[in-house]
Amino acid sequence: MAGIAPQKSGPAPQELELPGGKSGFRNWLDRNAWRDIIIAVPYVWLILFFVAPFIIIIAMSLAQSVIAQPPFRFDETWPYVTFENFDRLFSDFVYLRGYLTSLRNALIATALCLLLGYPMALGIARAKGVWRNILLLLVILPFWTSFLLRVYAWIGMMGSNSWFNRGLTSVINVFLPAASEINSVPMMNSNFAVILVVVYSYLPFMILPLFANLEKLDFTLNEAAMDLGSRPMQVFRDVTLPLSIPGIVAGCLLVFIPATGELVIPSLVGNAGDPMIGRVINDEFSLNRHWPMASAIAVALLMLLVVPIMLYNRMQERASEGVK
Amino acid sequence: MGIENTGKAWENLTAEPFIRIEKVTKKFSDFTAVNNVSLDIYKGELFALLGGSGCGKTTLLRMLSGFESPTEGRVWIDGQDMTSVPPYERPVNMMFQSYALFPHMTVEQNVGYGLKHEKLSNAQRQDRVKQMLDLVQLSQFAGRKPHQLSGGQRQRVALARALAKQPKVLLLDEPLGALDKKLREHTQFEIMNIQEKTGITFVVVTHDQEEAMTLSTRIAVMDKGVIRQTGTPTEIYEFPKTKFVADFIGSINQFAGTVKSVTRDKAAIACADWAGDITVHGDSSIAVGQSVSVAVRPEKISISKKAPAKGLNAVEGKVIDLGYFGKDSLYRVKLPSSALVRVNRVNDQRGRETERVAQWEDKVWLSFEPSAAILLKD
Amino acid sequence: MRQRSTFLLSVLCFGFAFFYIPIISMIIFSFNKSRLATVWGGFSVEWYFRLFKNTQIINAAILSLEIAVISATFATILGTMAGMALARFSRFRGRTLFSGLVSAPLIMPEVITGVSLLLLFVFMARYVGWPAERGFTTVTIAHTTFALSYVAVIIQSRLQSMDVSLEEAAMDLGSKPWQVLFDVTLPIIAPAMISGWLLAFTISLDDVVITNFTTGPGATTLPILIWGKVKLGVTPDINALATLIVLVVSIGVGLAGYLMYRSEKKRERDIQMALAANK
Repeated sequence: MAGIAPQKSGPAPQELELPGGKSGFRNWLDRNAWRDIIIAVPYVWLILFFVAPFIIIIAMSLAQSVIAQPPFRFDETWPYVTFENFDRLFSDFVYLRGYLTSLRNALIATALCLLLGYPMALGIARAKGVWRNILLLLVILPFWTSFLLRVYAWIGMMGSNSWFNRGLTSVINVFLPAASEINSVPMMNSNFAVILVVVYSYLPFMILPLFANLEKLDFTLNEAAMDLGSRPMQVFRDVTLPLSIPGIVAGCLLVFIPATGELVIPSLVGNAGDPMIGRVINDEFSLNRHWPMASAIAVALLMLLVVPIMLYNRMQERASEGVK
Repeated sequence: MGIENTGKAWENLTAEPFIRIEKVTKKFSDFTAVNNVSLDIYKGELFALLGGSGCGKTTLLRMLSGFESPTEGRVWIDGQDMTSVPPYERPVNMMFQSYALFPHMTVEQNVGYGLKHEKLSNAQRQDRVKQMLDLVQLSQFAGRKPHQLSGGQRQRVALARALAKQPKVLLLDEPLGALDKKLREHTQFEIMNIQEKTGITFVVVTHDQEEAMTLSTRIAVMDKGVIRQTGTPTEIYEFPKTKFVADFIGSINQFAGTVKSVTRDKAAIACADWAGDITVHGDSSIAVGQSVSVAVRPEKISISKKAPAKGLNAVEGKVIDLGYFGKDSLYRVKLPSSALVRVNRVNDQRGRETERVAQWEDKVWLSFEPSAAILLKD
Repeated sequence: MRQRSTFLLSVLCFGFAFFYIPIISMIIFSFNKSRLATVWGGFSVEWYFRLFKNTQIINAAILSLEIAVISATFATILGTMAGMALARFSRFRGRTLFSGLVSAPLIMPEVITGVSLLLLFVFMARYVGWPAERGFTTVTIAHTTFALSYVAVIIQSRLQSMDVSLEEAAMDLGSKPWQVLFDVTLPIIAPAMISGWLLAFTISLDDVVITNFTTGPGATTLPILIWGKVKLGVTPDINALATLIVLVVSIGVGLAGYLMYRSEKKRERDIQMALAANK
């Protein structure tokens, strides 16, 4: 597009602030209306449909559960709110276990995504020319097909009658003595299944930010390291890995945070006796109609995730400033 | 087409200035980019703001175009206060450093873009666009898009687009920065020709001294938000007022000394670095005993194996470095006082290395006329 | 010198196998004659025919498409505004909050957004009267809200890599800010807006959790329908549906990839031509 232009000196290169002038509606319309409207419209929408629900759910978590329509009630007297839901949250082991299971599953899934996704992203970044785009397209393709259907595809594979399961069983039976041969590999309705499917669904979310980071790395740095005597493994450890840390952090957050609150996957392939917290919230809300309790669980989940979420936001802000 | 050239108003500086920058300061939170700058630019000038990065020249330009507003001070263009007028209402147009050609429009559409706001009929608009394209010799590329043009061609489109509205002032931000050497020379002369033809007042911002010297009628040397000196290229180069300006443009030798005697036509400066006193032309502003610097440009010093004639400032030294550039040579000569002097001489005699004026380790005589010396007091 | 690493190559192969074997297995079994979705009973396309006669599925698909088109369009408009606000105006009151609000839906677990939106709609129905019932409108609003974040990120990044002097040049030549927006900014970011629309469209089409919470009776989208069926087990007609969706998406992505490749090549040729005829 433009010719090669050296960086302009002086601050605020991306600004579009115009010098002020006379006041008046006409003037506002000409000069500042565009800016005020562009900021105000999405802002109002987000306040209405993102902040307000947020406040409501916090309020709801401080209400009482009743069997009525709607199924909640605030106390008539001061302080109108109750902490009984949070009390139950911390005292009833079911909920605590739900959080722990969620965190544990999400962490394992994130680690596995990283272990598998990093080499894949690296491989794609190093691929030449057309191949790189093709590989990228092959990663993006599952991402654009229905999430639900991808989970579904694995359910098909994991069922005890599927070709996959029976094939796996035969292979395993080869190594087992005749007495303890198994009929099928028990995969469904377990934490194993949940972790497997989470990795399957969220892997593109790890690969894409990693790829974005790795493809921008200057390969001449690797060449310089090799020129100075480092072997490929060392070059990777000393040069590539440290420089890819922003990508790693972005990918991990992008997988860990939503995975913790996963609802569909635990509902379909998870262990009903050891549910993840997303499923607990859904059950409390839809099955038990305990809106205040469900809200409290959700709010607590949010508190748990607030630090990673803010970390992610800060990274985004810093990344977008780095572009300038 | 074109505004009538009213003669070289800047040569006597008594006419009414066309652009007046009055005590302008620009602060960005804790950083002062432009500090109380006042400047007058006359109609028909090709004025250059010269300085390194961070000196404030770009900020000053943006205040002329309307993209920044001064924290203090006023900006006048053709007698009108333009300080708080937005860029789309100013009779000023800019040629951007990155050219900023609209990638989704053809060359024709780019050049004609600003004309939408003028009260012209369709035919008149098309005519003007054609005129502009002829001016920059790009008529046959009218239907192309920017990415189908080379760098030099894109620049000419940017120039044509900025001239299309026949603005009172044209601002150019580092116009030659992105061009390669050959193209740069060619474009320099093109810009000068176009400016003379149209008579529009040009203000150029650049960090390139050569560019400033060749292009402009007058230069303002800027540093850290202030203007150090304003003058014609000759004034800036041969008559710098401060050590900073002397050092900034080209290279210069400086010898520190004390004034020994002053008469009406000459003065003697005692310099520790130079053997003996240096004779310079008389200057009424210096007094005996004052500390001054004697500055001499490298090309004003003669170098030879034979002792020079009387009346010149002379000293003996030894050549310790020699840079051969083909058309000229740069000598670094060490004086008995250990001072290093740069001497630059055109190689006007064709011959082999051994036939040169001087070689490494040679003992040589350096000399210069009293008129070649610049006295710097700060 | 780029090394050919066998390790990377084998991981890539394993990774892509991991990605595609379940999908391919699903596609193959969609042609299974037998009702038992996991045992091969012979080749048959009857499930596809059954699919086209299944009005429940077709209605759900149409509803999903309608919601997706409308919410994608609103999300693109709002998201473009938000992206512009973040990219071009660095100083306005409440900017940090705004930035947080725009990027939060991207990673927030859907169950939290879903429940909170449901509560909002319940309150709105009670105290404001609109939306009176949960259904089409509420789902569309919900989808618009979280899709706009995706669009905003895309647009913000596109604007930041765009030369701001283009907009300044337009103003310098006499256009007021509104005109600059329509003459210069929007045409240049149009491809990014289209990508944003497509992304918002896909996300809406695919969403389960938030839709589950914010929908009402009579507004069953395709994912909700599929979820209901999947809970009951694997059946060949869903295999068929899945295969169709995979097919449509593959064609779409492949086409997009090919078009991008073509325009890149054309651009390269243009640039070569310009450099060759350099003056």
